[in-house]
Amino acid sequence: MKQVPQKDAPLKLNETGAWIREEVSYEVNEPDAYALEEALRQKEKHSGEVVVITSGPARSQQVLREALAKGADRAIHLEDNAFVGLDAFNTARALAAAIQDDKFDLIFTGLQSDDYGYAQTGVILAELLGYPHATIIMQIEKTDGGIRVKRELEAGFFQFVDMPLPAVLTIQSGINKLRYATLIGIKQAKNKPLKKVTLAEVQSAIGGNLQKIERLYIPQKTKKTEHIEGSPSEIARRLVDKLRNELRVL
Amino acid sequence: MPDSILVVVEQREGKLNRASWETITAGQAISAATGWALEAAVVGSNLAPIASEVAVKKLKKVYALESPRLEPYTPDAFAFALKQLLASSQPKLVLMPHTYQVRDFVPKLATAMGRTVIGDCIGFRHENGKLLFTRQMFQGKLAADVSFAGEAPWFVTLQNGAFRGDQAEAGATAATIETVNVEIADGIIRSKPQEVFKEAKQAVDLTQAEIIVSVGRGIKEQKNIQIAQQLAEALGGELAASRPICDSGWLPMDRQIGSSGQTVAPKLYLALGISGAIQHIVGMKGARTIIAVNKDSEAPIFEIADYAIVGNLFDIVPPLIEEVKKAKAGS
Repeated sequence: MKQVPQKDAPLKLNETGAWIREEVSYEVNEPDAYALEEALRQKEKHSGEVVVITSGPARSQQVLREALAKGADRAIHLEDNAFVGLDAFNTARALAAAIQDDKFDLIFTGLQSDDYGYAQTGVILAELLGYPHATIIMQIEKTDGGIRVKRELEAGFFQFVDMPLPAVLTIQSGINKLRYATLIGIKQAKNKPLKKVTLAEVQSAIGGNLQKIERLYIPQKTKKTEHIEGSPSEIARRLVDKLRNELRVL
Repeated sequence: MPDSILVVVEQREGKLNRASWETITAGQAISAATGWALEAAVVGSNLAPIASEVAVKKLKKVYALESPRLEPYTPDAFAFALKQLLASSQPKLVLMPHTYQVRDFVPKLATAMGRTVIGDCIGFRHENGKLLFTRQMFQGKLAADVSFAGEAPWFVTLQNGAFRGDQAEAGATAATIETVNVEIADGIIRSKPQEVFKEAKQAVDLTQAEIIVSVGRGIKEQKNIQIAQQLAEALGGELAASRPICDSGWLPMDRQIGSSGQTVAPKLYLALGISGAIQHIVGMKGARTIIAVNKDSEAPIFEIADYAIVGNLFDIVPPLIEEVKKAKAGS
């Protein structure tokens, strides 16, 4: 799971011009919340253990605390500011190093993050661990030989895929309905194990980034936008005038 | 070996998708800027007709990467076959469309070669001999120019619609086609894909609507959707939504606009409380006129809006419905 800036957080560039100022509000990356929910549901059906992992600075522990409150059994936090700046390849290498001894049967990630938007980390992790993978998953059923998953394709198409375990799946938002943490859950979370992994412990598994953000900027507008301002009733009148006389749709 | 660019096009059942032509256009533009030779690859089985179709374009060569095990698509077989081709053809740059299929296998392929993918790019720059690729970040709020810091091959995927497919230049003569038969041994493919299918047939065809009123997260609660419905009715348009609304079950999936829903190009698209994530924008940016209402003045939807109204949709929409009704009654 990953912590990302809140959807409507105002973003400002930092002095390097290649990243944002970190003083914004954060939240859990939305598809990751669905990935956690799916893991909890699979555990409820088939038993087992749900472990949550994130990489990021101290603030990102909040994501793990919430996950533990919702029902995850234990958490792993790769804690360092430096993890924020890793490319997808290095993030996956750090995660792989941290979990290699756990031998998980199923690994879920959100299909992409709302900050970098790579949509790659889960697939890279699968390749590093030597697991098969499937992306943009909308349904998971256990079968005799492994699992059957429903992949979302473009333009309303879907496909079922049978695959063996262990496997990595990237989960699409909307696969399930998210639960809220209960008061008891929040209380219990305080006593659940949360293991911290330092950068030094995974350093030997990662290398220099293979891609580099040279600069970050507000996108140049390609369209001329006319702002319509005033009181709601003025705005309504102006808009209707445009719909009628300029766009001719009324 | 001189530097080259390899475009990997995408086909299903012998038909190339539109994004493939867009990727060829991008390849031709980068080739013109860098002087690198442009080649293309088609992956699947029985590719002769489709390879000839691609070879019409201005390209140096077209590889037809053939194996019966490349049909149907699996990430294992595609990554395995392309890795072999890349090892022999040694392109500097590999371009692919950012489709769901490419997203499924290209990170695996790049990782297997110890390389990286700059994904979902909307453009490129060639500055002082350095190639930079532009991609959107933070859901389109910011853009980044990204460079490769490691060795070739460099993998790049391109957002749908970033280049014009109809601008792919034809060549003076057809490009050479080289068939490469790949041996894919037992055990390489670990997953078994079933037939591709469409969920229940779509009840609403939003692609035919001239006016669409679309709602996003800003609508807050299911019961509030009725004000958008009323506006759509007053305008004589269809009601649609961004993905989160359909995920929550507030509107049926067949009313969803975006990469996983329908792609529309109406005369008027009215976006209410839609922030404008990339996945939504690819489904509606072709609208002739876009009006956006959002309380966040920095919402990316305003980047592509013709008319922007920064404000609370619950204040704006009720008087708008009244004005539309009045105008209709008067005409």
